Amino acid sequence: MTAAALPAPSPLALRLRDALVITVLGGLLALPFIGLVTVEEGGALAVRTRWGAWAMTLVAIFLGRLAFRAALDAWRSRKPSHKSAAFSSTDAVLRRAAGTSLLAVALLLPIFFADNRYVIDTATTLGIYVMLGWGLNVVVGLAGLLDLGYVAFYAVGAYTYALLSTQFGWSFWAALPVAGALAALFGILLGYPVLRLRGDYLAIVTLGFGEIIRIVLLNWTSFSGGPNGIGNIPRPSFFGLPFARSAEGRTFHEFFGLEFSPMHRFIFLYYLIVALALLTHALVSRLRVLPTGRAWEALREDEIACKALGLNTTTVKLSAFATGAMLAGFAGVFFAARQGFISPESFTFSESATILAIVVLGGMGSQLGVVLAAAVLVVLPEVGRQFADYRMLVFGAAMVTIMAVKPTGLLARREPTVRLNPSRSSAP
Amino acid sequence: MLELQRVSAHYGPIQALAEVDLVVRAGEIVTLIGANGAGKSTLMTTLFGTPRASSGRILLEGEDITALPPHRIARLGMALVPEGRRVFAKMSVYENLLLGATPLEGAHVEENLQRVFSLFPVLETRRTQRAGTLSGGEQQMLAIGRALMSEPRLLLLDEPSLGLAPLVIRTIFRTIVALNREHGLTILLVEQNARQALKIAHRGYVLQNGRIVLEGSGAALLADPQVRAAYLDAAS
Ligand SMILES: Nc1ncnc2c1ncn2[C@@H]1O[C@H](COP(=O)(O)OP(=O)(O)O)[C@@H](O)[C@H]1O
Ligand SMILES: [Mg+2]
Repeated sequence: MTAAALPAPSPLALRLRDALVITVLGGLLALPFIGLVTVEEGGALAVRTRWGAWAMTLVAIFLGRLAFRAALDAWRSRKPSHKSAAFSSTDAVLRRAAGTSLLAVALLLPIFFADNRYVIDTATTLGIYVMLGWGLNVVVGLAGLLDLGYVAFYAVGAYTYALLSTQFGWSFWAALPVAGALAALFGILLGYPVLRLRGDYLAIVTLGFGEIIRIVLLNWTSFSGGPNGIGNIPRPSFFGLPFARSAEGRTFHEFFGLEFSPMHRFIFLYYLIVALALLTHALVSRLRVLPTGRAWEALREDEIACKALGLNTTTVKLSAFATGAMLAGFAGVFFAARQGFISPESFTFSESATILAIVVLGGMGSQLGVVLAAAVLVVLPEVGRQFADYRMLVFGAAMVTIMAVKPTGLLARREPTVRLNPSRSSAP
Repeated sequence: MLELQRVSAHYGPIQALAEVDLVVRAGEIVTLIGANGAGKSTLMTTLFGTPRASSGRILLEGEDITALPPHRIARLGMALVPEGRRVFAKMSVYENLLLGATPLEGAHVEENLQRVFSLFPVLETRRTQRAGTLSGGEQQMLAIGRALMSEPRLLLLDEPSLGLAPLVIRTIFRTIVALNREHGLTILLVEQNARQALKIAHRGYVLQNGRIVLEGSGAALLADPQVRAAYLDAAS
């Protein structure tokens, strides 16, 4: 019997087989997670099996996969993918409109939620992730260098401010540029050994780098306080005016003749991160239309062509690493100042993964996409809080859905960085 | 203009070029023909230092460039149109061209852009389009235009006819001749399309397993029985 004599497998058979494969994989994974439980028996732990629950999981996986594939196929055939060849200008207008309205919302938010600490806090966290996303976007989205240890630079920034302020009494504003520069230096330090690496190998080395920084911070107790971290980090003041009920000098509320409110500080912190994020945005947008940023993108597209065109790929890579790291350093300073306490716990791999997820979900290289993705990844877990135990499940499902429906990210189309004036020869 | 003196190159243990002697004089079109895997592309990239020549010397206008880093070599008036075009697919035509101007560090961009657009008017109409969505022929024009943005005196072309329709190939070859005759560009052309390449070339070299086995004027090589047997009769 030859292969040609066999009828082509029907779509249904294909789907069943696919679901079966997934079920086997899922079953293997579910075996330790669901099939086995530990129970306390007279003070000792014992392992029990739960075959019933495991079997139900298998059925759920099988049916779920079938439904998922069906939904996916339906979606894809409904919407034939026709990628427009040219950068359409209506697209750019829409983006600009969306960006402007987002900015307006960001600026007005504290007016509507002036006494809702929860909203302001969540928005501040969102601001940090947007800033980190924009920073990592330089490395991953623009230069195409997969960095899994980005959180290391965030840690460098945070610890720089924590140590400078608690040990030497530096102010937030004085420490900010120093921390940025130091983080950039670490970026170059990481960049050098990985110059020749790409893709998977680069990812592994950067992952290791992130872990090294965290483990050093964890174990070098005399320097970083080890697992106890660093506390009592001074909060940023409003150009010298502290946000306190009373202080030696004038306080913020006294100066402005306001009733004291703890919300002042939270709102100030919020505006501070908005300002830092906007600064990041301005810097990255500017760099993108300069030869530096163009070189990053060219490097992502084709390294060999870059070399033939006389680009120094070493400097291009290092500048991308340094710029991304510097931005993470700034964000780290803000983080330390906001929390007042930092420890290595805040700089684990899962942080790097979240930031990377923001960049990837946002559609590699898209600035607006990063904001949307950050909103999804920060706000969704908050909304999911009511689902308590199922929170991460909802989160995971959302991620899978986005990647299945929009595999290139929420806003995949990159904007052109240069436009010519409309010329005589071409009609629109 | 360009001189290779007993240049060898290796990929790890594999020898890709063996003591190649080659000269390109100012104003010439020189073509290098040879079968797949003969080392033609390696010769082109060795000029840019990747892989670096393991022995021998490369002189560009009398200057020894054998040990220079790639980005310095590109600043010396030599530009490469790489095999397979290698345009920056997700970037616009305009951005691709601007990247070509890198060696000049922003000088004469506007003039060079106009020159490229007058040579390839189609690029001007497509200037905001992503390079990856251009047709093969247009991408080749973009790759050539990109190389011209650095005002090279010596242009290296690696199989510009690869994968293109006959009509488009003819346009590309006509452009190459025009660049040489009208703009005074010196050209080193690598081709598998030996007949057409030899027709427009002043001189040619035949590369076989990393060695130059034959050299002569374009017309002489076209008439050479060995060349006819190996590269011309079989090809067309
Ligand atoms: N990057 C590389 N690594 C290892 N070997 C290579 C590489 N590129 C080319 N080669 C080998 O070098 C030889 C010459 O290749 P190439 O210069 O591409 O030939 P051509 O351009 O004439 O087809 C071939 O044997 C090829 O397999
Ligand atoms: Mg080749």
